[in-house]
Order: sequence, then C-alpha cells, then structure tokens
Amino acid sequence: MNVIQSFPYIYPELILVAGGLLLVLLDLFISNKRLLGYGAIAVLLLSLLPMNPYTHGAEIFNGMLIIDRFSCFFKIFTVLVMSLIILISQDYKSLMEKYRGEYYSLLVFLAFGMMLMASAANLLMLQLSIELVSLTSYLLVAFNKKDARSSEAALKYYLVGVIASSIMLYGMTYLYGLTGSLSFHDIFSYFRDGTADSVVILVFMLMIMAGLGFKIAMVPFHWWVPDAYEGAPTPITAFLSVGSKAVGFAVLYRTFMMVFPAFYSDWSSLLGVLAIVTMTLGNIVAVSQHNLKRLLAYSSIAHAGYILVGVAIGYTNWAQEAILTYLLTYYLMNLGAFIILIIVSNTLNSDELEDYSGLAQRAPGLAACFALFLLSLTGVPPLAGFFGKYYIFAAAIEAGNSNPFSYWMAVAIAINSVIAAYYYFRVIRQMYLVEPEDMGVIRQPLTLKLALGLMVFFTVTLSLYLSPVAEFIRQTSSMLTWY
Amino acid sequence: MPLLSLMTFIPLAGALVLLGVPKSRTETIKWVGLGFTIIAFILSVIVTLQYVPTQPGFQMQEYYSWIPQIHVNYHLGVDGISVPMILLTGLITMLAGVASWNIKIRVKEYWVLFLFLETGMMGTFACLDLFLFYIFWEIMLVPMYFLIGIWGGPRKEYAAIKFFLYTLAGGVLMLIGFLALYFTSEPHTLSIPLLQSLGQQGKLFAGNNFRFYGLTLPHLVFLALFIGFAIKVPVWPFHTWLPDAHVEAPTPISVILAAVLLKMGGYGFYRISHPILPDAAKHFSWLFLILGIIGIVYGAFVALAQTDFKKMVAYSSVSHMGFILLGMSAFTIEGFIGGYYQMFSHGILTGAMFLLVGVLYDRAHTRDLNAFGGLAAKVPVYTFVLSIMALGSLGLPGMSGFIAEFFTFLGAFPVYREMTMLAVLTIVVTAGYILFMMQRVLLGPLNEKWANMPDINARELLTVVPLIVITIALGVCPSLLLNIINPVMKTMMVAIGPLHP
Repeated sequence: MNVIQSFPYIYPELILVAGGLLLVLLDLFISNKRLLGYGAIAVLLLSLLPMNPYTHGAEIFNGMLIIDRFSCFFKIFTVLVMSLIILISQDYKSLMEKYRGEYYSLLVFLAFGMMLMASAANLLMLQLSIELVSLTSYLLVAFNKKDARSSEAALKYYLVGVIASSIMLYGMTYLYGLTGSLSFHDIFSYFRDGTADSVVILVFMLMIMAGLGFKIAMVPFHWWVPDAYEGAPTPITAFLSVGSKAVGFAVLYRTFMMVFPAFYSDWSSLLGVLAIVTMTLGNIVAVSQHNLKRLLAYSSIAHAGYILVGVAIGYTNWAQEAILTYLLTYYLMNLGAFIILIIVSNTLNSDELEDYSGLAQRAPGLAACFALFLLSLTGVPPLAGFFGKYYIFAAAIEAGNSNPFSYWMAVAIAINSVIAAYYYFRVIRQMYLVEPEDMGVIRQPLTLKLALGLMVFFTVTLSLYLSPVAEFIRQTSSMLTWY
Repeated sequence: MPLLSLMTFIPLAGALVLLGVPKSRTETIKWVGLGFTIIAFILSVIVTLQYVPTQPGFQMQEYYSWIPQIHVNYHLGVDGISVPMILLTGLITMLAGVASWNIKIRVKEYWVLFLFLETGMMGTFACLDLFLFYIFWEIMLVPMYFLIGIWGGPRKEYAAIKFFLYTLAGGVLMLIGFLALYFTSEPHTLSIPLLQSLGQQGKLFAGNNFRFYGLTLPHLVFLALFIGFAIKVPVWPFHTWLPDAHVEAPTPISVILAAVLLKMGGYGFYRISHPILPDAAKHFSWLFLILGIIGIVYGAFVALAQTDFKKMVAYSSVSHMGFILLGMSAFTIEGFIGGYYQMFSHGILTGAMFLLVGVLYDRAHTRDLNAFGGLAAKVPVYTFVLSIMALGSLGLPGMSGFIAEFFTFLGAFPVYREMTMLAVLTIVVTAGYILFMMQRVLLGPLNEKWANMPDINARELLTVVPLIVITIALGVCPSLLLNIINPVMKTMMVAIGPLHP
C-alpha cells in the first residue's frame, strides 16, 4: 500500500504525535503541570478511537508497517499501560515539579514508539522504533537528575542498550547482505524458496535476539535490569517492567514467527533453553533481595522467562493466546505492585523490605492489596496471574505431544513457581507476621488510590468475566504468517 | 435450589459480612463467624440427607458454562465419595469454630480467614471439574498460611511457609497432570465424570508415544497426580511438613488440618487418579503398598519416641494415613472401603485428639508428655474423654478406627499376605504409644504443679462429645457410613477391575 493510502491506518500514531507536540507547546504556558498529565491521558485515550481490533490486516507504507489484530492488541495495551503510568506519576513525590511537562510529553512519544514497534515489518523500521523507545527510556530513567542513583541507572541502561542494539544492527546487516532486502516479507520468501546454512542463520538470529532480549530482560542480556529498576523513578520502573517488556515480546514474537519459520526448530529450542535459564536465574537471585524494587526487578526477569516459553513454542494457538493473556495479567498485577511501592515510598522514602514491617496493621487496605498482587504473581487461583500461568502451562503441555522438550519447560515453570512463592511470601510475611515498628499514617493520594483500585478490581475479578477476555484474545491472535 | 453452591459459598459470604464489622467488636465477630459455620453445617447435613445412595451417578448437580474457550465449566455434584467428606467438613469446621473462642488477638482477621478456608474445603469436595478442583485446592493454602503464621506457636513462620511451599509444589505438578488429561482427551474436557468414563474405556492418551525411561505418558501423569495428592495425605517421604504444621498451628487449625485437609489427598485418589487412570494406578500399586507400609510402621515408631503430645498425634496421623494407601493398593472392594472408612474415622478421632491436646495445653501451657502425670485423679471427666478417644485411635473394637483397619486388612491380606501381616503387627506399636501416652499423662503420681488444674469445661466438652458419639456409632453400626459409600465403591471397582484380572 502506498504512502497516501496508508495514512488512514495510522491515525492512532498521528494523534499521539500531534498530542505530544501540543503538550510540549502547552508546557510553556501552563504552570499547573497536573493538567498536562491529564491532557496526556486524554491524548492516549483519544488514540483508541480509530483503532479496530478486528481489522483484517494490511501492509502499509510499502511494507514498512503491518496493521493486524496482533499489533492492534499491543497498541491498546500500550494505551492502557501508558495512561496508567501517567496517572500514577501525578502524585509521585520524587519528580521535580518543573520538569513534569516534559516528562508527560516524553511518555506520549514513548507510546508512539511502542506502537511503531508493535507493527514494524521491516528491519529498518524495527531498529528505528526500538531506538525511539530506548532513547526515550534512557532519558526517563535519568529523570531524577539530582539523584546519583538515577543517573547511574540510566548510564548502565544506556551502555548495555547501545551494545545490544549494535549487535542487533550488525546481525541485520548480514541478513541484508544475504537476502538483499530489509523487509520481513522478502527475507521470509528468500528463506522459503532458497536454502541457507542453518548454522550461519543461527548466528544472525542470536544477534537479533541480543537486541530484543535486552528489551525483554532475557538472560544473558539482563544485567541492566536490577540497577536500572532500582535507580529509575518508580513509575518508570513500572513502565520498564510492563510496557517496554510487552512490546519487546511483540517484536520478538513477530520477528521470529514471520521471518524465520524455516528455522523454527533452531530458534525454538534456543529460546526454550534461554526461557528456563531466565526464569531460574531471576527467581533464585530474587530470593536474596532486600530492596523491593530489586526484588520485583528479578521477579520480572523470571516472568519474562515464563512468557518466553510461549514464544519458544511459537506457532500454536495456545502459545499465542498464552503470551497475550500472560502479558495482560502481568500488567494488572505488576503495575499494582509498583503502585503500592509508590504509595509507601512517598511517605517512608524507602523501598527496603524491612520498612514494610507490620504494614498489615499500619495500613490494612494497602497491605491486603499488596498481598493480593503478590499472590497473583505467585499464581494463586482465582486471581488474574493464575490464568496467565495456566495458559502458559497449557501451551507447553499441548506442544509436548510433538515436542517433548516442552514438557520439561512445564516442569521448569512448576519448580520455579515454588521458588517464586518463597520470596513473594517473604514480603507477605514482613507485612503480616512482623510487628510494626512505627504506626505512622501512610498518605494515600486520590490518583494513586484510583489506580490501585482499578488494578485490584481487575486482578480479583478477572475470573468472573474471563470468557469475553479469552474470546477477545482468541480473535486477536490470528496466526502471524504469510501462509 | 443450588444447594451445593449455597453450602460452598455461605462461609465466603460470612467472611465478607465480617469484613464490615468493626474489629473492636470481637464478641459479635465470633458469634457471626460461628453462626455461618453452623449454617454451613446444617446445609451439609441437608446434602447428606437428600443424597440417595442407591441411585447411581452424581446427584444435586449444578452446571454452568464458565469459560467455554478453554472448556472450563462450573460443575458441582456429589456422590457417595464426597458426601461423607462434606459432612465431615461441615461438622469439624463448626466444632473448630467453637474451639476458636480462645483466639484473642486479631480476632476479625482470624474469622475472615477461617470462613474463607471453609469455602475452599467445601468446594474441593463438591466440584466435578478439574479446573475448579485446582482453584479450591490452592485457594485453601492462603488462609492456612496466615492461620498458622499469625496465630501459631514459636516456630509458626517456618511451619507456615513450609506447609505452603510443599503443598504448592504438589499442586503445580497436579495442575500439569490435569492439563495432560485435558489435552489427551477427545474432545478436550476437564470434567471429572467425563474423564472417568473416557479413562475407564481406555480412550485417553490415544496415539501418544511419549516415553521417559520406560514410563509412558499415563504413568507420568499418574505420578504427577500422585505426588500432588501424596504431599497432602501426607505419604512418607512427603510428610515432613505435617509435624511442623500440626505442632505450630493453633488448636482449631490443627483440628481442621488433621480432620479435613489431610483427607483431600485421599479424596484425590478416590475421585481423580484411580478412576481416571485405572491402568496406571494398577501399574503403581506396588508404590502404594510400599509407601503405605513404610508410613504405617515409620509413623508408629516415631510417634512412640515423641515427648511432645501434639507431635505424637501428628506422627500417629502419618501412621494412620498409611492405611489408606495400603487399602487402595490391593484393588479389592474391601480395601477401598477400608481406606475410605479410615479417612472418615481418622478425621473424627484425630480431630478429637487435637482438641483434647488443646484443652490440656490451654491449662498447662506445655505439651511435654513427661511434665504431666496423675491427672486422672485431678480431672476425671477429661481423663474419661481422652481415654475413649485414645482407645479409638488405637483401634479398639466397637469404635470406628477398628472397622477401618479391619476392612483394610481384609482387603489387602489376600493380595499381599506378608506385607499386611507387617501392618497388622504394627498395631502393637500403636497400642504402645497410645498407652504410653496415657500412662505418662493420666496415671502415676500427680505432678504437684497441676494440683489446681480445672477440669474440662462445658464449651470444650461441647466440641468433643459429638465426635465421641460419632466414633462409637460408626464402630457399632458401620452401615451408617457403609450404606453411603458401598454402592459407589462397587461401581468403581467394577469399572476399574481387579489388580490381576
């Protein structure tokens, strides 16, 4: 589809760009930055209007972008994540008031970058959109510029990010040299029709995995995660753990499913092994963490491992639905946990586990919500997290019939769930079983309460209306191939 | 009227009601909480009375489509295997509620969790869908963790997390087993009755050639389910969470743990693993035999060595639960009935034993068996009650434990002569530790420290007397229970077939 015909398909993106620029402009005149935040949420929600989740799919801008149900799912997901991140930033104390305008507009541009990532169908477009998201993220991680930890976090994040994306770029140049094209479709056709040495392709795939693995915090590209999570402003940590990870998965899944179906068995077993290593390492290291941001950082590595199982299985309906369901439930429970961190650190200025002692008696509602999110992360039914895990288990068991390795992935998830339960319960223990040292009131601003209420409500009641959600996800995840 | 749903969710409704009561009004909270357990008990009695044993199949079924995309249905129903367990749950929870009057701290949280726990237990016994079964099974762990962790003894935190992690590990393995059943059934289903009939017709696992060290997929699925259930039973060597949890838990929670939660493992064998995977179950009958015998012998000897009253009862549970495995390993109808009878009887007897240990502990603040002595003269009523229950645990004829053991031996002896002899001989050890306990606590010279010990009070008697009545009734007139379970066991044995056809 040529450029002119393509425009109607990218109205959501256009709305975001126009809205983001408008926010930059308004920032000069409006001194109440809170209004800008609500404006940013409005822009994000406005971009939902032109979306059609049941679209039949189109390749636009001469094959640069692909608009299908899968990308639409992630665009909606982006809006959900980003508007919540903005909402919970409103009363996050540590952000400097003066720069909040920039902060909100950066988040809108970030959303734009994520939407491009979700529909990229060309290696160039892919690289460009990833860079847009990454560069904006580096800025946001460093946003507390007076805080040395924030700057350190950003620097680490930046260095690892640059290395990862250069490796990916290097891999892409080889692919281009081999196939003569950057378009997913052309590379796919080249591999379908011709023959290629699978060892060489494996190296290229590894290089691309490096760049994308960095985004989803896959071992061995996870080094930046704990430090960046700890140093970044907490809403940005929440974004990194949910938003940037989710689109990272979208890109990883689309790239491997669409470009390399000919080498499925190679990348599938490679990702399967990496999935097991990722979840195990994340969980084992999380056990010894004393800072909740770091604990959730490692737990997010572990969750990336669970989702990777879905990616590794690849082409079955169950796997696709599992990835989307898991991300959706992970969004609810993990963002919820970070909201608690924001509320508590606003009053206590600390994310240390020991400062949560006796939270159940100090702020019973807050502790109960946190306990629910942690139980959901553990996978206790009938909370949302259980359904994500159920789908992943189901995908693995179903695939086991043709590929016995996925039985082992299921067993690995089972063992890891138990390890994870241990450290999630360490937090619950601190809140419920340890007596409080101080009974000071914990301030709970309205915006944060609203966000928390939404997350708790959906985490707890997802089971009641899972049927329409499952149906939506089933409709959205039409197979991602050119066959 | 959706009787089973009502019975399952009444306690949950009670928990929600309690959330609205201010936490300073502890008396109101206790009475409301107890009121809801009484309603649940009455409903469980109605279920029992309405159940018609002679009519085959599941009764009082409720069926709603829940998540059709993944074939999950809200399906409740009862048969002769679940009805006694439901009655036991209703009764024991109510009595444990009465025994909870001593809970003094964080009363509101306690009762909310307590009622929540009851919903989980009722649901596990009433549901007929594997997905639902898993939800109820796992949901119980959470209140249990808090109930042990907040209101327990000195090592409560360790005991609580150990219980949680052990059971979770088993639960997740069980879930993998359920999913394997789901994907190998055609059409895909999670319904227990459907899977039972598919399994008994040999239609599961069609065309699956997966092998792992000579084990086929049905074998592996059976093992996954087995480990999940065995941890809950608990079967040796998965039993190590039990002494910790029992000892540290507050009295009413120990009672529920022993009387109801342990039965879920056995219930899982009767409801899920054996009827759905009969061939694999027969393949692993040796495992049931060996682990059952080890449990019986090992539990008895370890109980003999204990000086802590609660620990002794806990290990006696390990020993008694071994009978379930022994009974089931033989694939005879007597064995199956014996194992089941043991589940029910153990629930009554050990529930009462924990209540009585609690009575003593509340007065003496110690459970050291050697610290007592000569209490018989001081607390005659307590002595009388404790003696009845202890002799019941010992397997005295005329009480329910004897019938259970007798049926188990009757069923197992023709198949495994030597091993059954070993189990029979262990009864001597059982008598040893029970009598040794009675001697140290009740007989001998009075320890002057307890000269002013008050006798068991009316509230405490109220919790124990119904259990005495039931255990004697079941010992004298076993047909009360047999009439309910016999028809369904017969049907099941016909479907499963003997061990060596």
